[in-house]
Amino acid sequence: MPLLYPLLLAAALFGVGLYGVLARRNAVLMLLGVELMLNAVNLNLVAFDAWFADAMHTGQVLTLFTITLAAAEIGLGLAIVLALYRAVRTIDVDRVGEDV
Amino acid sequence: MTLAELVFLVLAVIAVGSALLSMTSGQLVHSALWLVVTLGAVAGCFLLMTAEFVAWVQVLVYVGSVVVLVIFALMLTRQSTGEKSAEVTGNRWLAAILGVVAAIGLGATMIAGFRGEEIEGRRIGTAGSIGHALFTDWVLPFEILSGVLLAALVGAIVISRSGSDR
Repeated sequence: MPLLYPLLLAAALFGVGLYGVLARRNAVLMLLGVELMLNAVNLNLVAFDAWFADAMHTGQVLTLFTITLAAAEIGLGLAIVLALYRAVRTIDVDRVGEDV
Repeated sequence: MTLAELVFLVLAVIAVGSALLSMTSGQLVHSALWLVVTLGAVAGCFLLMTAEFVAWVQVLVYVGSVVVLVIFALMLTRQSTGEKSAEVTGNRWLAAILGVVAAIGLGATMIAGFRGEEIEGRRIGTAGSIGHALFTDWVLPFEILSGVLLAALVGAIVISRSGSDR
């Protein structure tokens, strides 16, 4: 399989995720965009690992670490979003701080 | 074109299409559910790139728990004012331009650097080989990561509790 296929897929997913983070108004959906960008990075790591045939499996082990960190990040992020919701009763990032 | 390449291209189209739907859908829960399709397609891409253990971890952690967490958060923060919260901000066109520019820039860099390279799949990432690498060469990062997870767990509990006291 050409190495370019997964790399171009990752570039496209990263672009979509970037759009989601910048354009979404809901804080939870911004976190979804971050997850999409992290997945694009994972795709790159796995593709380069398979291409390089690394004896230490660097890319795939780092992918596992990234998945773990993403799980920790989404847990903390959602806790912060829930705290924000309890404080100002909205998670609309455009309206937070306008009228508390 | 081999069968694996054909399947990969189909999965890639599914992944990008459902990612676009997920990021543009007006319904909050639909958005999270389209993300499940994207993550599942990416797991299939991992399988085709001979990373079978990573593919199943992706299914377990992302599709299994992260999306469930997100759906719970969406339901807990549902606003009674209606569906306005799902909308996009006013600078969506700037965001779209930036996203397209980022994708084209990254893609052009990849094409310039790695055109003509082939993935041959000489080392398959089975659970055995990944586990061996993880517990011989990568023990220290693995242990540090367990500390990070514990810190995130405690942090999430502290943040949730301090909010409910007020």
